[in-house]
Amino acid sequence: MKISEVPNDTGITEGGREIRYAVDESGLYSPVGSTGWEPVNIANSLAWEKIRQEVAATVTAIESGRLSPLAYYMALNQMDSALLAGYAGISRWRVRLHLKPFFFRRLNSKALARYADLFNINPDDLRRGKLFPPSYPPIITEPSR
Amino acid sequence: MNFNHRQTAHCESGAIANLLTHHGLELSEPLAFGLGQGLFFGYFPFIRLNHLPLIAYREMAGAILKAVVRAVGARLEVQKFRDPDQAMAALDRLLEREIPVGLQAGIYWLPYIPRAFRFHFNAHNLIVYGRRGDEYLISDPVMPWPTTCARADLLRARFAQGALAPEGKMYHISALEQVPSLAPPARTAIKKTAARLLNPVPLFGVKGIRFLAKRLQKWPKKMPPEQVKLHLSQVIRMQEEIGTGGGGFRFLYAAFLQECGGLCADPRLTEYSLKMTAAGDRWRDFATMAARFCKDRTREDDSFPRMADTLRDCAAMEEQLFRELLAL
Repeated sequence: MKISEVPNDTGITEGGREIRYAVDESGLYSPVGSTGWEPVNIANSLAWEKIRQEVAATVTAIESGRLSPLAYYMALNQMDSALLAGYAGISRWRVRLHLKPFFFRRLNSKALARYADLFNINPDDLRRGKLFPPSYPPIITEPSR
Repeated sequence: MNFNHRQTAHCESGAIANLLTHHGLELSEPLAFGLGQGLFFGYFPFIRLNHLPLIAYREMAGAILKAVVRAVGARLEVQKFRDPDQAMAALDRLLEREIPVGLQAGIYWLPYIPRAFRFHFNAHNLIVYGRRGDEYLISDPVMPWPTTCARADLLRARFAQGALAPEGKMYHISALEQVPSLAPPARTAIKKTAARLLNPVPLFGVKGIRFLAKRLQKWPKKMPPEQVKLHLSQVIRMQEEIGTGGGGFRFLYAAFLQECGGLCADPRLTEYSLKMTAAGDRWRDFATMAARFCKDRTREDDSFPRMADTLRDCAAMEEQLFRELLAL
């Protein structure tokens, strides 16, 4: 890659720069700042779209009473039950139970506090099933050509 | 403590290069990456990240650190912890002694990282060089400038859970007896890397690239279009995301070979650097075409067989180059 070919397609770096190694006219390598590359922006936005879809599906399941509010924050934080169990310090089978509304309603305050602390929300809000919106990255727009 | 922040393409080679530079051994990132034998390829369809196959373009986390310190004659003291409070106390003690400390951290919990990069990836590396109360002074190699991180966030990042969990891992340079010349270790590192990429195991190295090409060609027949796109995006992101320098570390390695040309006074290495660059450019061609499939913006002559052939070109170019490097 030549220095003149280093892409500057602003997207996922939010205007920050990353380093790419490129050659100058005499063929010498040096580190060059780059605000991003379009193929990477496309690939990354696809991954985020998948997460958005999963969160949306979870919200539907919660509204129809199939899943507990815990499932929403789990999906929002890109976790599965194993990862959530690891972070909350609660065994996986118990986490799986807590994903069901029946067991979630009977959750003791200690376990509830662990989940709330992890997701940085108020335990009462979690118990009442408040679903706070995600702080997602901006939707990536195509760079102007 | 004064710490010279230097932004680099890759976190692990950057962290160790910056730490060694702080201790008086001026080392560029390409040199650290090459001496650390960082270049790699591996395709592991049976290991899944978010239900997508693992594709690695560089060595396993932690391997670069170890190989670099061995090559330059430094000692790296590495510690892991069970207890978060002990882990933070140990960090504080080193900072009080004015020693910069490298940490392994989960990138998901670092607030200063752009949000779009925050996935559960646990093998990120950063350097802590000071503390102001509850704020730690951070030199993160992939960030343009030094930053800070609150104690609570840093603690969470150090004890991230899941695959490659850091377990509070921290490291610092405890001794440095410089080797007289870096030329002999550089030669050794080049040969070892070449040998590893030419190995007979079908999943790794040149064979791994061909294996990926073969599998990728069949993806449209094997899964629905949405899944195909996700699989392609996974290959692109593993290749290019978080400043891998483009071309999956190939340009970084080309820069290393060029630097070695001067170091070993061997003009052949400069020539090999050009070949590595050409392979990196071919990887970029692949990513560009794959991204067009992801966006449904394919051109007339775009096809999966052509994409697979581009990968086979990469494999052929690299195979020839590694054979020459092995015979160096």
